[in-house]
Amino acid sequence: MFKGPTTIRDHSFEANLFARRAFIAFVFVLVLVAILFINVYQLQVTSHDNYQTRSNDNRIKLVPVAPNRGIIYDRNGVILAENKPVYNLEGISENINDVGESLEKLAKLLAISEQQQTDFLSDIKHNRRFKSQVLKSRLSEKEVALFSVNQHKFPGFSIEARLARHYPYGDTLTHALGYVAKIGKKELLKLDSEDKTKNYRATRDIGKLGIEKFYEDTLHGTVGSQKIEINNRGRVLRTLSFTPPLPGDDLVLTMDIGLQQAAQEALKGMRGAITILDAKDGGVLAMYSNPSYDPNLFVHGISNKNYKALLNPDRPLINRATQGRYAPASTVKPLFAILGLNEGAITETSKLYDPGFFQIPNVKHKWRDWKSWGHGTKADGYKVDVYKAIEESCDTFFYDIAYRLGITKISNFMAKFGFGEKSGIDIYEETTAILPSVEWKKERYKEGWYAGDTISVGIGQGYWSATQIQIVNSINILANKGVHNPPHLVSVTKQGSTVNLINNDEKEPIILKDPHYWDVALTAMHNTVKKTTGTAHKAFKGVDYDPAGKTGTAQVVKIAQGKKYDEKKLKEKHRDNAMYVGFAPFNDPEIVIAITVENTGGGSSVGAPMARKVMDYYFANKAKDLAGNP
Amino acid sequence: MNPLKHKTTIWDKLHIDLPLLLALLVLLGASLLIVFSAGGQEMPIVFRQLKRIGVALVIMLILAQIPPSTLQRFVIPLYISGILLLIAVLLFGVSSKGAQRWLNIGITRIQPSEIMKLLVPMMVAWYIGKYHLPPKMKHLFIGFILVMLPTILIQRQPDLGTSILIASSGIFVLFLAGISWRLIGGVTAIGAISAWPLWTYGMHAYQKQRVMTLFNPESDPLGAGYHIIQSKIAIGSGGLEGKGWLQGTQSQLEFLPERHTDFIFSVLSEEFGLVGVTLLLAAYLFIIARGLFIAVNAQDAFGKLLAGSLTLTFFVYIFVNIGMVSGLLPVVGVPLPLISYGGTSMVTILAGFGMIMSIATHKRILVH
Repeated sequence: MFKGPTTIRDHSFEANLFARRAFIAFVFVLVLVAILFINVYQLQVTSHDNYQTRSNDNRIKLVPVAPNRGIIYDRNGVILAENKPVYNLEGISENINDVGESLEKLAKLLAISEQQQTDFLSDIKHNRRFKSQVLKSRLSEKEVALFSVNQHKFPGFSIEARLARHYPYGDTLTHALGYVAKIGKKELLKLDSEDKTKNYRATRDIGKLGIEKFYEDTLHGTVGSQKIEINNRGRVLRTLSFTPPLPGDDLVLTMDIGLQQAAQEALKGMRGAITILDAKDGGVLAMYSNPSYDPNLFVHGISNKNYKALLNPDRPLINRATQGRYAPASTVKPLFAILGLNEGAITETSKLYDPGFFQIPNVKHKWRDWKSWGHGTKADGYKVDVYKAIEESCDTFFYDIAYRLGITKISNFMAKFGFGEKSGIDIYEETTAILPSVEWKKERYKEGWYAGDTISVGIGQGYWSATQIQIVNSINILANKGVHNPPHLVSVTKQGSTVNLINNDEKEPIILKDPHYWDVALTAMHNTVKKTTGTAHKAFKGVDYDPAGKTGTAQVVKIAQGKKYDEKKLKEKHRDNAMYVGFAPFNDPEIVIAITVENTGGGSSVGAPMARKVMDYYFANKAKDLAGNP
Repeated sequence: MNPLKHKTTIWDKLHIDLPLLLALLVLLGASLLIVFSAGGQEMPIVFRQLKRIGVALVIMLILAQIPPSTLQRFVIPLYISGILLLIAVLLFGVSSKGAQRWLNIGITRIQPSEIMKLLVPMMVAWYIGKYHLPPKMKHLFIGFILVMLPTILIQRQPDLGTSILIASSGIFVLFLAGISWRLIGGVTAIGAISAWPLWTYGMHAYQKQRVMTLFNPESDPLGAGYHIIQSKIAIGSGGLEGKGWLQGTQSQLEFLPERHTDFIFSVLSEEFGLVGVTLLLAAYLFIIARGLFIAVNAQDAFGKLLAGSLTLTFFVYIFVNIGMVSGLLPVVGVPLPLISYGGTSMVTILAGFGMIMSIATHKRILVH
């Protein structure tokens, strides 16, 4: 096969042939090099910007940094909601020598459950080796100390702190303050629809209730960012730039934690609520609803068992001050007196015969007075005037006014005092309750309004229901003679040294035909406390701050005609609600109070003494402050 | 040229072609710099590369001393033992990364396919060079068999990159020997027609994947397309002047795969930009021009064909490697010659230049 050449070779021909071929090959090489060059030129020059951007996108990541949530203070600067570090035990897998052995030793030291160990092992398995994973969260101070002294034995493990919301006063403020908890699906959708998702990229918690929810945007702050350089495995190599987050604004409440605690103490063991307003501006000094619960439970995710315990018949989750719908009962009598005077249905001196019940002409049904023999005496011919009617809480007198004015006038007038609409207090948990009217009944029951329906409205019963915040607001308007400062919980927001007043515009004041009508109602309320015959006299015997008030006892169930209310025969939840409204001092009102206690009976036997306890605290504390700060 | 009047320099005595040596040394120096940058800026990897360059240069110098006539004398037994080793690789070879390329001979592991990169052009050049040029059909056919036998054996390992290099080295001999353009046209047509069965039956899944992602790397940005996309980003972001030595983010932050081996061109492009690329291509062109110059001036057909084939194969390395990392060609695992980190190909390439230098410096005095 491999034989040598047989003929003489033409070397110059072959050399020429080869040289030509080599030349062609070299031209071919040049063409291909040109193709390579043009391609690289296109990448490096024509598309340079595009690739430069993509190169930066590769290595530069923006890591959002969560802002610190604003702190909430009471009016005296006491912290009500703060951000406290919680300590987690975390491990970085690439720094741990022997995971199994370390876990075994740590479990002995810190009581780490099997579940926590399995979770940790799975976390380090499914994440990058240099990422820190939580082994045990929320270590106690003792555990932190215990680990710290043994830390040298556990390379790769360390204690990491993270800020979490903490409510130092626990269940005292829950219904007003609310709480934050982990952002849920619903909140995410809402944030998305409001285009706020970007600002929450690093945020774990969001306000779920109360002030924390209402002022979420103010408290949250603005997310910061850290521009970092990472390698292809996501390991952070260095920080290129840092835009610090802007912390949320702090809130200063109108509330006084001491007074709030006094309200909690007064309501101990009962279902009910107390709201106290600053008569000068409508700021809420105290708003407590019992029973309450610890908001801190929700911050770290409430356990199923704990949550079920909150779903008991006493309904602690309800804010009874703003969501509880109660018949306002006799607490509205002073307003009726003003209405009657203003409409000319009564005068300051006009009197009504009180046989102890009221009847519509030609109707058999008797609307009873709580005092079955009536409030009149032989001396005054069994007649009652407006003062006495309020002081002794005469029902018949107001049945009569209501009957004569009719529901429309009543409804329109009471609406001016805020009934039937939200008070506008700065929490979302509020109901409008029901201020009945002809239209309302038509819509609700598809039925016309009967004259008989109007009678019980005259004593704050019947279809009428109100929230405590509406009631206390109406008394505040009354005490201020028509000036309407809607109730609110937050007075100012603070960012560093910048203070912003929360705008609480006065609503349109109520103007009466004769401003003296205010004095009639207010004087009568004053007498209710001052005069021995007044329903609140006993409770406020011997006070030195000159209060005025009005008791109320609200029927929860209708008592049949001819039957008497007998507490012992009624089921507990069918017993009367005790109510009290009042203000003090009479001449220059500082505070306005409303109390509702469910199913405990009389406003004068339960409501008024409770009001006294809380008001005593307020004035004693004020005296102390004055003495302390001359 | 009268050899009697030819002034013999020290380089002639050492059988070294000085222009070629200088160009090689420039590129090898660049290799050390880029390998340092691409290899995580650690000295050990540079020392290993330096050691390999040293060994390869020594082998080059040794081969340069062996006259072409001696090479021709041993070409048949060498070629046959090479083929036997390739068969042995398929039977007893050591696998790594899904391919069986290595043969364990006790002391060390050898890669017979690398040796064949030299033996195939030698064998074909010798066989074709024995006869008049241009070669007859019969010789062409046998020459073609001599090329295809090792090519197929290597393709079976499988090693697409090496089989392409070996096939081209043999084809270049045939082309330079002057086969007719009609034949070239015919073979090209047949090749195009037979591409389909090759695609369907002749290629491994991973090879098909590489070809597919070539045409649309963005379709699979996290899978097979990732390497090409990252490589193009590296090259493109380098711009005109580059990000600077050791400053390439794509390579330093390890977004780029196989940085110091197959994708080292991307590192160079990122850090030295179009300026660096231009200088590199210029250096390569100079070496190719010098190799072809030596081939044209070689004394006999064997020398011409061998030097020409080795030079053009050297260019195939360059074209395939740069083409693949810049997204023109599929990723086939061919290193960037003289620059990429790695010993085997470095030795083969410099050994080839050793033979070219031998062809350039060993010239018998012809008596007509």
